[in-house]
Amino acid sequence: MIPVMPFTADPAPATGSTGNVWNWDFAIEIFPAILRAFIEVTLLVTVVGTVIAALLGLVIAILLRVLPRPLAFVLRWAANFIRMTPLVVQLLVLYYGFTWMDPLTIGFIVFGIHYATYMSEVYRAGIDSVPKGQWEATKALSMSAGRTWRRVVIPQALRSTIPSLGNYAISMFKDTPFLFVISVAEMVRVAQTIGAQTFRYTEAITIAGLIFLAASYPTALLINRLEKRLAYAN
Amino acid sequence: MPTPTDPEVPVIEFVDVQKSFGDNIVLKDLNFSVRRGERVTLIGPSGSGKTTILRLVMTLEELTGGYIFVDGEPLTHREKDGKRVAVSSKEQKKLRTRIGMVFQQFNLFPNMTVLENIIEAPIYVLGQSKAEATAKAHSLLEQVGLPDKADQHPLSLSGGQQQRVAIARALAMDPEILLLDEVTSALDPEVVGDVLNILRNVADTTNVTMLIVTHEMSFARDVSHKVMMFDGGRVIEEGAPEKIFSDPSHQRTQQFLSAVLGDA
Repeated sequence: MIPVMPFTADPAPATGSTGNVWNWDFAIEIFPAILRAFIEVTLLVTVVGTVIAALLGLVIAILLRVLPRPLAFVLRWAANFIRMTPLVVQLLVLYYGFTWMDPLTIGFIVFGIHYATYMSEVYRAGIDSVPKGQWEATKALSMSAGRTWRRVVIPQALRSTIPSLGNYAISMFKDTPFLFVISVAEMVRVAQTIGAQTFRYTEAITIAGLIFLAASYPTALLINRLEKRLAYAN
Repeated sequence: MPTPTDPEVPVIEFVDVQKSFGDNIVLKDLNFSVRRGERVTLIGPSGSGKTTILRLVMTLEELTGGYIFVDGEPLTHREKDGKRVAVSSKEQKKLRTRIGMVFQQFNLFPNMTVLENIIEAPIYVLGQSKAEATAKAHSLLEQVGLPDKADQHPLSLSGGQQQRVAIARALAMDPEILLLDEVTSALDPEVVGDVLNILRNVADTTNVTMLIVTHEMSFARDVSHKVMMFDGGRVIEEGAPEKIFSDPSHQRTQQFLSAVLGDA
């Protein structure tokens, strides 16, 4: 677990009049600490969570198609349950239920599983969009179930899912401040702590917000480009 | 190529076959058989169950009653102690690998190249080496007149070219039985002839058994040994193409042929 580091810099001197809401020197001074929390926690949880969610979501979507009905029914309801309950509650349940577990690990698991249930729906729509004729062709060629999924269905399903998966990754990224409820020192909590210790919230919170924007926007553009590249060549 | 049975055993045999979709009975008590190397064309109005027959042979549809035999072995169900028992999926797969199908909508895999489409099943189903499957694929592409398209993606080809690739893909499995389901219906009129010529060539140079559903009556006349006229889920007339096309005995056949040939 990464502890919340007390910020040790002196409170910024109230230069001049009270109308001064933004102090550049102070902003530059606290920026590295906030950026560090971003990289070490926010980004890490987002990346690990997205990888878990993307893989587990695909597994869930495939299992819902191939499992015998009673089992698929149970899985569908388990996924619904996770999707329909708040992320914060899930974080707290694991935090207080599994006290031996590192809070950051809890973050990986909860973000991964929670978003896997959303992504499984995206994959399901992608799988449903593969034309019936493709399945029939695999059967006419006696292809195994494994090759059918790996070589035909999944590659074709993925093309239509990339934008939605990317949007969920960005949603997850923006949900990372919830980690504060399990006392993980993610970026917003670090920014808030700095504010509390120095009585200057404006710079800290603004920097955190701008870092979010600076990361989300290029990611969205990247997803857009990827989507175009994945379109079938004509 | 697995040909374990003697030539007297029909390649395909339908025994009391029934097929219904819900309350809609498409085929009832259908009995017919196809000999090895025989080319049979199924004709009849749409909705008469012709395509369903091909799809049943390819196991794309569930059989609701009766039995289908391929090389004398049950394809989906066998009779055991007076009951209909499903065959194992392993037994079914063994028979299914002897059957190839070409679809109206081609159904090529758009995420693979033409070559990958053709070699996928020979490698992973029949266990051929990649070199062997690739060499065969190139010679098949030559045969269908597309020697330089191996590395293209299907969607960059015209409809006629895609269908020729689909024919090559089916032939790459060395099928005993080739099912042709309205293979020219989705094509532009000017390329229909090319595709049919390729199939004529396959018919002339191989001994593959063909079950054909088509509206191209001149093609049916040229390649088939036997024509079966369907109506309302039953065979109402069958015989040599010369006989059926020039001197049909059943009134429904006469009506159907004059309707189809009228605008040809």
